[in-house]
Amino acid sequence: MLEFSNVEKWYGDYHALDAINARVAAGEVVVVCGPSGSGKSTMIRTVNRLEPIQGGTIRVEGRDVHDRACNVNALRARIGFVFQQFNLFPHLSVRENVMLSPVKVGGLSRDAASALAAELLEKVGLAHKIDAMPANLSGGQQQRVAIARALAQRPPVLLFDEPTSALDPEMVGEVLAVMKQLAKEGMTMLVVTHEMGFARDVADRIWFMDQGRILEDTTPEAFFTAPAHPRAQRFLSDILRPHESTVPV
Amino acid sequence: MLDILHQYGTMFLIGSWPNGPIGGFAGTLILAGLGLGLSFPIAVVLGLARLSVFEPVRWAASAWVIVFRGIPLVMIIFWAYFIVPVLTGTTVPAFLTALCAIVFYESAFLAEIVRAGIQGLPRGQTEASRAAGLSYVQTMRYVVLPQALTNMLPSLVNQFVSTIKATSIVYVIGVNEVTFAAQQVNSIELTHALQTYLVLAGFYFAACYALSQLAQLLERRLTRRRLGLA
Amino acid sequence: MSFDFAFLTSGNYGALILGGVLMTFRLFASAWVLGMLIALVLVGLRGVPLKPFQWLLSLLIEYHRNVPTVVQIMVWYFGMPQILPRELRIWLNQGDTEFMFAMIALALNVSAFMAQDILSGMRAIPSTQVEAARSVGLSVLMTLRYVTLPQAIRIAVPPLVNRSLILFKDTSLAMVIGVGELTYQVRAIENLTFRSFEVFAVATGVYLSAALILMATGAVFARRFPADFRR
Repeated sequence: MLEFSNVEKWYGDYHALDAINARVAAGEVVVVCGPSGSGKSTMIRTVNRLEPIQGGTIRVEGRDVHDRACNVNALRARIGFVFQQFNLFPHLSVRENVMLSPVKVGGLSRDAASALAAELLEKVGLAHKIDAMPANLSGGQQQRVAIARALAQRPPVLLFDEPTSALDPEMVGEVLAVMKQLAKEGMTMLVVTHEMGFARDVADRIWFMDQGRILEDTTPEAFFTAPAHPRAQRFLSDILRPHESTVPV
Repeated sequence: MLDILHQYGTMFLIGSWPNGPIGGFAGTLILAGLGLGLSFPIAVVLGLARLSVFEPVRWAASAWVIVFRGIPLVMIIFWAYFIVPVLTGTTVPAFLTALCAIVFYESAFLAEIVRAGIQGLPRGQTEASRAAGLSYVQTMRYVVLPQALTNMLPSLVNQFVSTIKATSIVYVIGVNEVTFAAQQVNSIELTHALQTYLVLAGFYFAACYALSQLAQLLERRLTRRRLGLA
Repeated sequence: MSFDFAFLTSGNYGALILGGVLMTFRLFASAWVLGMLIALVLVGLRGVPLKPFQWLLSLLIEYHRNVPTVVQIMVWYFGMPQILPRELRIWLNQGDTEFMFAMIALALNVSAFMAQDILSGMRAIPSTQVEAARSVGLSVLMTLRYVTLPQAIRIAVPPLVNRSLILFKDTSLAMVIGVGELTYQVRAIENLTFRSFEVFAVATGVYLSAALILMATGAVFARRFPADFRR
């Protein structure tokens, strides 16, 4: 479904992505974790060409995403993306936020799109807010609308770039619940997150990244009980037992 | 001063209309309003061009903006006075010449306001729109420009104030607006120059101050709305 | 249409243009210096806690911001002699009254804008900065000197540079009262020779060059002294 082959990316002299080789099978949920600056967000943003790459290929449904010849808009319509900062359109109502892509890119009639919006907002638990403006919603509610907006494209794969990092702690649960539901329904998902509980319960595979490289690509059980790489071990102990950390040298 | 206002008030307001062309402060507002209105579409194109990914487009738009912001309006008026009859082949009324000059002059300032309005939007808006598959044109049309134009409103009102003030110089080529009217009044009332020109100043002050306050009100409303989203 | 720039070097015309350029710079420089001094005084006066005084100050500043510059010049040149005592009027007429009134009008005009730019810069510093400074024991004056002003100046410079550019262009307005600056000379030469294109082109070149230098200065300053103190 989604495949990275020898992907290389540079920001000037900085090697942001170093020989990334990995794949996400259809129906799989993959969680990407790692310290700040490891390249997780960069990697996921290269999938829908928000960031360019200098080497290798990324294939979604067999099609090379960075091929100059392909229609980038049609391609992006087949990939759902959920941002850390939600990025809802503040001048449009919740309904219109969800309807925009199906109507303008998918060619749906406004009635069909409106019905689709109602169905998806019901699914994320926000049917009662369908005519509200984003400014009047909480962070958790806005992110759930953003997920509905991505689902409206009927994409075969959903990408999540730290979807709960900008939320107050009490709202993280409602967003993770929606994501868990989607996973149970068989959606292919690539999720960059720090939420280790979600990773342990929902992920089929975990990729651990550091300094632009994927250091671990295993099952959650293997990763949490016995991580192979020392960097991964240190990361896990910092995350799971932060009060035992020492001041770095 | 009140006598001057009382006696020549109509002249200050609308010139010698209906016995002549419409002038006075009405003429000023018409010139400023038309100038900005005609200039705005040009400015939107220029503003977008300033942000274009194509270097020659960006460069050309920047050159335009630098030229028309760098030289005094008087020079632009002289150029227009010289070039427009040559281009059209006939004599052109002063009002149209002045209007041409103002449209070109304002296009540069408005282009900067448009550019700032677009750049003021969080990058996430464009990203979210492109990520959903909308093209560049669709993104500009449905996501970026609607928001940018609302954000620009206070700056646009301020620019209207600047334009009203700028029109005060066009009397030198004989355009019928309020400064021209003041000159006419002064040539009648030779010994009351101070009062005449203070009345003139008063007209501009009243309009421009009121509009500036409007711009501030719009700014406050927009900030409150924007913070509500944060 | 043939363009002949050579005539500008022959006869008086070259001297007229040069005279115009020099007068423009003279007017700009004197109005800028006087304007900045008045602006600093205005900024200082904003601290006086007397309500009617502040009201008057606001009125003066708003007058100079909302009335067109050319009208302000007219009020000074045509209007002021009317109320000046006779002796002062005679003394004034002996000197270069046009230049003087133009300079005064331009200086007052630009000072109102500069004062607002400086005050905006100062207001942009969050009060938490002042709180932090006072918490470590700095006095009001020391806070102003070591914390507020260094940050405020960096914020205020871009609008001040922009305002200086506007002042440079506004010197052209002095032509309406007969000051022999560049635009005045351009019109004079055009009337004499009908060679509009050449003389307009030269004047445009001068104004553009000055504009580019001012803009470049502003850009260099903003890069070397960024407002967020990245360096």
